[in-house]
Amino acid sequence: MLAKTTEAATHRDALGITGLSLAIGTGADTVPLLAGVTVRVGRGETVGLVGESGSGKSLTARSALGMLPRGARTTGTVTAGGVDVLGAGRRELRDLRRTRVSMIFQDPRASINPVRRVGDYLTEGLRARGVSAHAAGEKALDLLGQVGIRDPLGALRRFPHEFSGGMLQRVMIAGALSTEPELLLADEPTTALDVTTQAEVVGLLKDMQRAHGTGMLFVTHDLDLAAAICDRVYVMYAGRIVEEAAGSALFGAPAHPYTRALLEASPSVHGDRAVIKAIRGRPLALAESPPGCSFRDRCPLADDACAGAVPAHRRHGASTAACLRPEQVTP
Amino acid sequence: MTIPVLRAESLVKRFGGFTAVDDVSFELMPGGSLGIVGESGSGKTTTARILAGLEQPTSGTVTLAGRALEGDSRRARRQRAGRLQMIFQDPYGSFDPRQSIARSIAEPMRLHAPGTRKEHRARVAELLDQVGLSSRVGEALPRDLSGGQRQRAAIARALGMAPRVLVLDEAVAALDVSIQAQILTLLDELRRETGISYVFVGHDLAVVRYITDTAIVMRHGRVVERGETERVLRAPQHPYTRLLLDSIPSPDWDLERVARDRRALDPR
Repeated sequence: MLAKTTEAATHRDALGITGLSLAIGTGADTVPLLAGVTVRVGRGETVGLVGESGSGKSLTARSALGMLPRGARTTGTVTAGGVDVLGAGRRELRDLRRTRVSMIFQDPRASINPVRRVGDYLTEGLRARGVSAHAAGEKALDLLGQVGIRDPLGALRRFPHEFSGGMLQRVMIAGALSTEPELLLADEPTTALDVTTQAEVVGLLKDMQRAHGTGMLFVTHDLDLAAAICDRVYVMYAGRIVEEAAGSALFGAPAHPYTRALLEASPSVHGDRAVIKAIRGRPLALAESPPGCSFRDRCPLADDACAGAVPAHRRHGASTAACLRPEQVTP
Repeated sequence: MTIPVLRAESLVKRFGGFTAVDDVSFELMPGGSLGIVGESGSGKTTTARILAGLEQPTSGTVTLAGRALEGDSRRARRQRAGRLQMIFQDPYGSFDPRQSIARSIAEPMRLHAPGTRKEHRARVAELLDQVGLSSRVGEALPRDLSGGQRQRAAIARALGMAPRVLVLDEAVAALDVSIQAQILTLLDELRRETGISYVFVGHDLAVVRYITDTAIVMRHGRVVERGETERVLRAPQHPYTRLLLDSIPSPDWDLERVARDRRALDPR
């Protein structure tokens, strides 16, 4: 992987997922969901996790908080904020969520209690840590100002339904950062927002992240968005990581055929009006993907060799890709 | 001189004291594709619903294939349905969950195209093939279909009535990128082959650029910019169009500039 080992030794990563495999069900009914997923988020780093439906991107992000499907069996390790998540008890996990790792979701309305005031929402995490009511109120006020809510004092007394989607997502960001977490998991946090609001919320997230030194795992289906804001990007397909690349390199030099196919399938407002190339078939989940490389049924480069085994990650340019012939993707 | 297949003149729609659509006019030529671009609250979806007869305009007229659309009678709606069909973001709600896809496609066709059962069956098979669905999918129930297949089925059903105009309201917005590309190329092919016209309502400028020739940009119910899609995107005249363009993530994304654009538009 691209990890600088010397740096990793001195600075603990905000998140380290190593060789995570996850399955539900037993015996013949076993359904594998993730296989050998390795993801690292350094302190203060923005890392993208990109994929289509069923790729396992949300599941991977949730695993960082120990939010696994009922009856899930796992191998591999997940270390978030220095805590061994898969080995942690309920108490430890609750403590982790309360103090070191926060998460924001696509639909802020689904993850905030609609009958409690925004002020209560913002202060509960702090109060649980033993901060006095007065100090917690001050902190909430300060955070609301930072995330660009006009009239923060009034906002504390309002209910979630009194905010627009974009404003409520700002409130969620304020809540997520109130505990000064090491790691922020952002699961499609701007997907439900209008494009102009998305730009503002992303700008805010980046500013807040810089100010607080938070590591961020940004889960999205939007390759352009990931490439624009992330230091590094992982591309997922059918429960596996298929490419890891620097955000800036993703467009110029995709190393996995799937990444390249996604780029070619996306229309763009930039450059000349180009034809788009549809990828045949549909995105698969791990359980329904063929042996060997999961993408080979849809891949223009695939041949018999791709059916043999799941390709190991190999270096190509500034990326690593799980492909036997990345040099044919981008020479 | 060709006459427009669809013409909207000074459409206004008020809900109580709120004006959702405010003096909107446009023309769509036969075989053309018009984009209606905007964010939530722009009035783009209400405009589309007026075209499809799902809302009655407070004032203004819609002319379809040379005939003014008036009234909300059964007859008027049926006439309109034969010439204009609408595709929604999630077609799931518009399919009877207990009916096979093939039957759902055949049913409206029976109302609009006379013929025997056998002829209808043959036409359904043809339509399924045209949108790239197997006959096995035709026998399936809506819940057994993926999002992309369902959108193909909705397009097949609409085509069954041989409409002149298809109104697509965020029709590819909920689909995965790889599936979205399949539907976009399908729509492209259909237009080339059949000469059907599109009104494509959407927020994604890249998609609008791909699928339309001309576009209007709407904000707060009004048209703020109109023209050839390429011109609108290459040389936007209105500050709001510029804001929309600058808001699209790109490798040299400048979030400061987005904030500046926004302030220029709504000085506080």
